[in-house]
Amino acid sequence: MNLMIDSILVLLMLAGFLLLTSARLTTCIKIAALQGLMVGLLPVAACGSVLTYRIGAIAMVIACMKGLVFPYLLSRTLRESNTIKELKPYVGYTASIFFGVLSLLASFWLDSRLHLPVAAGSGLVIPVAFSMMMTGIFLIMARRTAVNQVIGYLVMENGIYSFGLAIVRDVPLLVEVGVLMDMFMAVFVMGIAIYRINREFDHMDSDQLNSLKG
Amino acid sequence: MDLSSYMAVPLGLIMAPFLLGVINRTKALFAGRNGSPLLQAYFDIWKLLKKDAVYSRTTTWIFRLAPAVCLASVVAAMMLVPVAGAAPLAFKGDLVFFAYCLGLMRFFTVAAALDTGSSFEGMGASREVTFSMLAEPALLIGLAALSRLAGSFSLSGMFGSLSTSYWLSAGPAIALVAFAILAVFLAENSRIPVDDPNTHLELTMIHEVMILDYSGPDLGIVLYAAALKLWVLGALIVNIFVASAGVMGMAGVAVFLCGMIILSIIVGIIESVMARLSLLKVPQLLVGAGAMAVLAIILVMRFVK
Repeated sequence: MNLMIDSILVLLMLAGFLLLTSARLTTCIKIAALQGLMVGLLPVAACGSVLTYRIGAIAMVIACMKGLVFPYLLSRTLRESNTIKELKPYVGYTASIFFGVLSLLASFWLDSRLHLPVAAGSGLVIPVAFSMMMTGIFLIMARRTAVNQVIGYLVMENGIYSFGLAIVRDVPLLVEVGVLMDMFMAVFVMGIAIYRINREFDHMDSDQLNSLKG
Repeated sequence: MDLSSYMAVPLGLIMAPFLLGVINRTKALFAGRNGSPLLQAYFDIWKLLKKDAVYSRTTTWIFRLAPAVCLASVVAAMMLVPVAGAAPLAFKGDLVFFAYCLGLMRFFTVAAALDTGSSFEGMGASREVTFSMLAEPALLIGLAALSRLAGSFSLSGMFGSLSTSYWLSAGPAIALVAFAILAVFLAENSRIPVDDPNTHLELTMIHEVMILDYSGPDLGIVLYAAALKLWVLGALIVNIFVASAGVMGMAGVAVFLCGMIILSIIVGIIESVMARLSLLKVPQLLVGAGAMAVLAIILVMRFVK
């Protein structure tokens, strides 16, 4: 079982790298969806042989939300705008991978300094969670299109979720559902915001919003 | 010591051009053609060796020396790679020596390309150097991860102690190293996601452009050395998978050979289903491979206390 959770975590990191390199927004959405699915499966892999109905149900709901609902909402927003790919990111793609490697090293270093109590089956969960959070923040900062920024937010949330999973392992169902509701609302609101930006300005380059400031 | 422990170098010297045949046959199968004979590379090399060489007046001794140096350095690298657990030569730190044998080969190919004074070849040389600058860290870090895992600093020792229990405890890390080395293998041998070996006189080629001025026996030697390089780097990938099975003796040699042929078929499939990446994307692929190797070495340092 340890091998399974480790493989999932490594795939999560690789998905982070892929998100940092891909320019095409539909690809980004697909990778984010895969990452969401794997994060959803993480509790099932972490609990080992004692798979209860509750854990299974939560994993199902989360995998569905992160892997199907959010990507669907995002790709619908994308269809309505004419944007196909990120044209001029603030940070180039090769430099972004370098950042990914650096954030990976930083998160492993941070983990070795913190000595957090780990409840999940693998010592890798916390560094991977840190690196996903950093990747998410980096995507929000380094990309221009609003869709990519939403994806960055989702990746960051994936990181926070797996961090919580590693620390407490058994999050009460109510908290879990509350967080999911918040995320759903966030993606929904962002979708509407992107739609409005797109309709007003014929693009979704959030950098241009700066010119609105007085 | 039975016969199989002496097989590493002769097997490579004999079988290397055969892999090119397998790759081309796989590609032909995908395209619905009959394809060239499996032994076509041997025929080509043999034909070239019987011809005379033509040298440009601008070239110097570097141009004539380069094919010999390339062949010598790739054979030196081949002596370090174990087949069925036995290599003719093994010493502490030979994986660095291995990487720089290939580096010497590349240096002389590039120097000879610049020696011709052709701007076209200079372009290819510049690309080769740029890409290998990114591929070399991926290879070295990947090998370092494996040597940390197996606790040995030579290629033979490393692959010798790689067993199935390592796959169970650090499987993801080994798989990452295999993928990183596969990317390096494709880039260094000018295979498709990086360079197309079939394109002559196109503006995006890398290896073919550097050897444009060679003719006759020199070209034959250059082609043969390129085939050997394919064999040597491929042997690293195959060893990662085959060595953990721990088959020794003649059976090990047979298993290894099967592994090499499967690898060539995989390369043929990759070349059939993928288009060549645009030149600006290649650094991303190689840096990505480097990132995978770094990830692997971090994982290994975690797993192996």
